[in-house]
This record gives sequence, C-alpha cells and structure tokens, in this order.
Amino acid sequence: MTALLDVDHIHLAYDTPGGLRTVVEDVSFALDRGAIGCLLGASGCGKTTVLRAVAGFEPVRRGHISLDGTVLSSPCVHVPPERRRVGMMFQDYALFPHLTVAENVGFGLRRRSGDARRARVAEMLELVGLAQAGGSYPHELSGGQQQRVALARSLAPEPELLLLDEPFSNLDVDTRERLAFEVRDILKATGHTAILVTHNQAEAFAIADRIGVMTGGRIAQWDTPYNLHHHPADGFVADFIRRDALADRRAGVFRRGGPATGAVG
Amino acid sequence: MNRRFPSLPFGLAARAENGAGWLLLAVLIALAVLAPVASLAWAAAGGSLAHWSHLAAFVLPQALANTALLLIGVGVLVTLLGTGAAWLVTAYDFPTRRMLSWALLLPLAVPTYIVAFAYLDLLHPIGPVQTAIRALLGYDSPRAFRLPDLRSLGGAVLVLGFVLYPYVYLSTRAMFMTQAASLLEAARTLGAGRLEVFRRVALPLARPAIAVGVSLALLETLNDIGASEFLGVQTLTVSVYTTWVTRSDLAGAAQIALTMLVFVLALILLERHGRRRQRYANTQRMRPMQPQRLRGAAGVGAAALGWLPVLAGFVAPAGYLVVETAKRLHRVGGVSDALIAGAFNTVGIAAAATLLTLAAGLAVAWAGRTLRESARRHPGRACARIASLGYALPGTVLAIGLLGPLALVDDALNTVLSAVAGIAPGLILMGSSLALVLAYTIRFLAVSAGAIEAGLARVPASLEQASRLLGESAGGTLRRVHLPLLKPALAAAALLVFVDAMKELPATLLLRPMNFDTLATWLYAEAARGTYEEGAVAALAIVATGLLPVILLARTQPKTGH
Repeated sequence: MTALLDVDHIHLAYDTPGGLRTVVEDVSFALDRGAIGCLLGASGCGKTTVLRAVAGFEPVRRGHISLDGTVLSSPCVHVPPERRRVGMMFQDYALFPHLTVAENVGFGLRRRSGDARRARVAEMLELVGLAQAGGSYPHELSGGQQQRVALARSLAPEPELLLLDEPFSNLDVDTRERLAFEVRDILKATGHTAILVTHNQAEAFAIADRIGVMTGGRIAQWDTPYNLHHHPADGFVADFIRRDALADRRAGVFRRGGPATGAVG
Repeated sequence: MNRRFPSLPFGLAARAENGAGWLLLAVLIALAVLAPVASLAWAAAGGSLAHWSHLAAFVLPQALANTALLLIGVGVLVTLLGTGAAWLVTAYDFPTRRMLSWALLLPLAVPTYIVAFAYLDLLHPIGPVQTAIRALLGYDSPRAFRLPDLRSLGGAVLVLGFVLYPYVYLSTRAMFMTQAASLLEAARTLGAGRLEVFRRVALPLARPAIAVGVSLALLETLNDIGASEFLGVQTLTVSVYTTWVTRSDLAGAAQIALTMLVFVLALILLERHGRRRQRYANTQRMRPMQPQRLRGAAGVGAAALGWLPVLAGFVAPAGYLVVETAKRLHRVGGVSDALIAGAFNTVGIAAAATLLTLAAGLAVAWAGRTLRESARRHPGRACARIASLGYALPGTVLAIGLLGPLALVDDALNTVLSAVAGIAPGLILMGSSLALVLAYTIRFLAVSAGAIEAGLARVPASLEQASRLLGESAGGTLRRVHLPLLKPALAAAALLVFVDAMKELPATLLLRPMNFDTLATWLYAEAARGTYEEGAVAALAIVATGLLPVILLARTQPKTGH
C-alpha cells in the first residue's frame, strides 16, 4: 500500500532582507491512510512551517508534497489551500466570531443542499458531544468546547488529511489530557489521517502512531514511539526523549497513558 | 544559511493565495494613482523653454517665496500650539481638562477656506470685532484705529495655524499618553522638574510624532487654495489655478505643479521618517502619566491658555457662521434653489466617491495581505503603498495631472463608440461629475485603505487560513468572513471619506462641469466676489457635517488618565 501523504525532500525558506533563509531542509516523511503522525520539537525547529506548507500557506522551494498520488506543492506546482482537501485545527481555534457554532461547522459545506448540510452539522456536533450548542456563539463557550467545535468544523467537509497545530496548548492541564485522548478516539473511530504538531512529548506519545523528532529544520528520526524509545537514531533523539520523559513524570501529566504505554503501532 | 534556489514562476504562491484578479485590480488602481503624476511630467515637458523662462522670471520667485514662508510659519505655529496643548492636557489637571482634551480637535471640522472666509468678515475694519474695539477705546472712525490687515502672509499663517494644529496635537498627545509615563516618572525621581522633564525627556520622545503631525498639517497647507486666495497670498497652488483657469496654459500649470511635487516629496519623507522612528519607540506599552493638579489661579490660567486655540480655531468662526446663517434665514426666509441644488450635488458626488473609494480601498487592502509567513514583501503590498500616495497630491496638482488621462479616455471612448455604434457622445468623463468622483477617489484612497488595513490587521490571520482550508476562495472568504467583521472599519472609513469629499475645494474648482456647483465652490465664488450672501449657510452645512468624524475621532481617543 502506498502512503496517503508523501512529503519528499522538501526545502522551505523565508524571505529576509539578506535573501532567502532556509528554515526547513530536506525533510521527508510518509503517512499511511488512517494513521496519526506527529512532528515533535522545540519552538523554532521548523515543525509548524512544514505543517503550513502541507496546508498550502507556504511555497515549497525544493522537493514535493503529494496527497493520494497528486502533487500539491513543488517548485512549479502550488494547489491553493481551498482545493487541497486538507483540514486544519488551529492553535487559536480560528472560530468565526460572527457565526454561530452550527454556522461555523457548516462553513465548509457550502456546496451541499440545505438538508444535507444541516444533517452533517448535527452529526458532527453529536460526534464531539456538543449537540445542544449549535445556536451559541464561540465566545459563549469554554476553551475545551471551542476546541471541539474547531475539530467538528475541520472534519465536516471530510478532508483527506487533518492538520493539528499545537491544538492543546491553550488549555489547562486537565482539559488538555482529556481532550487529547478524546481527539485520538474520534480520529480513530472515523478513520481520519492526521498530522499533529507539538512541543509536548507526552501529547505526541499519547496520540501519534508515527513521530518525527525535529531539530534545526531537519527530522532527526521518523519512527514509531516504541522505536524512538528503544532504538533512538542518535544521541540527540535519545537525549531529547529522556529529558522530556523525566520532566513529564515529575509534573505528573498524562497519567492514564504514559509515554511508554500510550504508543500504539 | 543563505542558499540559492531555483526561483518560483513569477508570483505563483502569491497568485494562489490572493487570486490573480485581486492582484490585477490592485495594480490597476496603483497605476490610476500614478497616472496624474506621469501626465504632469508629460505636459510640463511639452511646454517650450520660453514658457519656463517666463514662469521662472515672473511667477515662480514670488510664489515660491510665499509658499516657503507660509509653510515655515504654519509649521512653527502648529508645532507650538499642538505640542503645547498636548503637554498641557497630559501633564496637568485643571478645570475642564477632560472636555478640553477632545475640544482641541474641533478645528479639524473647519476647512481652511471657511476659517479664512469667516475671519475676513469678522475682522473687517467695519466688522464686529474692530467696531467693538473702537467703541471700547473711544475711537469713532475706522480711519482713527484699525488692526493690521488680515489679508497678508502673516494673516494666512495665523488663520491656517489655528485650524491645522490638531494634526500635531493628535499624534503628539497619543505619544505622550502611551509612551512617556514611566520614563517621565523615572526622570522625576532623578530630580528633574516638570519643565525640565518636558524639555529633556518628553519633547525628544515626541519628536517623531511631531514630525508626522507637522507633515500632515503642511500637506493641508500646500493643498489649500481658498484661504491663500481670499487673503491675497499668491502661493504655488494659487498660481497653478490661475495659470490654467485664466490663461489656459496647461504646460505652465503643469510646470508649477511639478515644482509643488518637490515640496510634497519632502513632506512625505518627513512623515515616513517620523513614522519609522515612532515604530521603534512604540515597542512598549506604558501607563498614562499622573497629571499634576493645578488649583486656583494657576488652574484658571491653564484652562484659559488651553481653550484659546479652540476659541480661535473653532468657536469664533463656527459661531460667526451660525449667527450669519440665522440672520440670513430670518431676513430672506429660506435659501435659494441654486444653493439647494448645490447641496444635492455635493451629497451626490460625495456619496458616489465614497462608494468607489471604499471599493478601491478594500481591493487594495485585500490584495496587500498575505497567507505566507515567509513573505517579506509581495506585489500586492507594493500596490497598496503606491495607491495610498494620492493623499499627498494637492488637489490642484491632482486635477491638472488628471486632465491629460481623462481626455485620453474620453477620446478613446469616442473613437470606439463612433466605430461600433456610430455615435460620438462627447466628453463623457470631463463633461460630467465622473471626473470629480475619480479625483476624490484617488485623493482619499489612503483614508479608506488605511482604515480597512487597520481593520484587517485586527482579524486573526488564522480565520482566513481556516476559511481557505474549508474550501472557500479568496473572494468568498472576503465576503463571508472579513466583510462582516470589517463593518465598523468600513463605516468609519465611509464617514471620513464622505466628509473629506464634501469639503474638497481645489480639485473641484478645476474639474467640475460647467454650471455645476458644490457647497464648497458656491462658498468660494461668493467669497471671491465679496458678496457674502448665502456663503455662510453653505459653510455652516460643511462645518456641521465635518463635526461628525471629529466626534468619532474624539471617541476613539485614548482616555485621559486621572
């Protein structure tokens, strides 16, 4: 089986007064349909830029990104974001403040008939446990509820791939833990393929099937959580995993699925 | 790590993010703004050298000297008034301070030609002020005592300075309020007195803000035609007008207009310089400073000093207009049909210009945004900057520059229509108020684009990204997400543009069709004839409308601390 998402030797760069500055160099990874991948690294390592390139917000200077065999980005191809069939959950949720929850969830369903749209919105709200909240405005909801609306909205148009940009960073620790598992359950139940970007190792290990540890604009290792733990590719990965795991154990976060047991291949 | 990459096909990502249509529209709008300047250069080059030497010998020296002196005088006066008033209401607390802090903006509602119109009559040798002074001093004839004639360079400096100082007041006060607080307090703890703090800390900090305010006030001075002409000061602006209107000499008018652009350029550079410095200084937010309470005579004195510019720049001229209007209405029992027609004309073209300006501003601002975080600059951004330069073009310069392009378009339309339909409609643009609508749009585009850009900046970038990933196009996102969120910004922009268009005089004088009057040109004609009949009514209508954006501005001002 070929991979659904194929990121092949991409280079990404920023325009600066001194010329182009490379921020992501020669990054490659592939993700099978139904799998959840994760880019893990400290801030500034380039993980969010990779995500934005997959979404179509940043041009690719070298290499290519393809989804289901179709090239989305390459130095001479750039499919606009609205035609990529890629969904995204934003760090700040990006809910439209002038629309109700139901209108937010239905935003991407413009091409469906009224009835089909209403049915899909109801179904999605049911899925995230907010069946009653359709008429509310985003600012009337708690952070965790807004998060669920954002998830429902991004899944409603049935994207091929879902991107999650630091999705839990704005929540308090308890909500974060609960929601991380909930999101994983929903994605697995509906068979969605997803990529998560985070700097939080516990989150990564709780959710992802494949994790890429990033540093300095490169992926140091793209592997299963088990292998990252037991067969780190180099000293950096070994150090990175151990240091963070220690910190997490001390802080006592993610009690239900610890880094070692939360890994599902 | 700098590396070379094979370059992308031109604007590939930019086209994908903005939609090619938006970018094209922004380029067209930017070209429309540049067209008058290009056409000026063309027309000026078309004049013979003899032309230029005549101008250089007889017209330019006087006009250049007058303009330079006027700019210097107004610059000094607005700096003193604006900075002084800003410091007074920021550093001291005295009776009526809160009211004064917004009342100081009121002169913005009075266009320069109206304040000159009002003072000419108020200070006339047999007008109310001089008569009262003579009565007080016991003189019985204007020959025995009179004030220096207002119709002079000095008079023009005074009149313009007292209505244009709010530009400096606005920018400087914002600076004092957001910047100075803890720095000023630090200076106080280091043993500096209030005045010393002003001189050694506040003033140097405020210098960029003063530069911005002064450059705006001086662009208005350069734009002014009514006040200078009523007061008999032959400036470059007045020369452009008379060269074209009375001598029909386009090349000469274009040559003088190009000379004015040198001043304009200098002022734009001054403004940009100030804004750049301001940005560096504005990185921190600070508490407003604690004003010092003045009691008794000191408080009354400070209040009197603070209210003086309001009195001179607003209360006196506006009060005069109210009294004159009441007298006229009482005597005649109504206004003439011609004035009512003029009012309808004014509202009609101002409304049309507002719609077009908002649409163009929206297009430019929308094309100037970007989805990419990696982009430092892109073609849409450059277009937005060019399109916003129109505010700096004085009305006369803009009008002379537009004559060429408008004639070209009219010719082309006639050629096409006579070839296709066999009709020659004549001057479609030049012969109708469409020319005015276009001129207003170019001149006030910066107002709408600026307001809309500021509104867009408050919408998180992730909202557009979310909408685009949900399958909506760039234009659809604008319609479904940003337009609803931009409503307040659009309303504010519409108000500002409408009032500016309503007050506009210099370009209107040059581009209006035959027998077409707006309130401003009506007033100008009466003042030029010296008939003073219904001019006050027209002027009062303009000032009353002009108050609306000032109220809006006062409401969005930072609150004065206790």
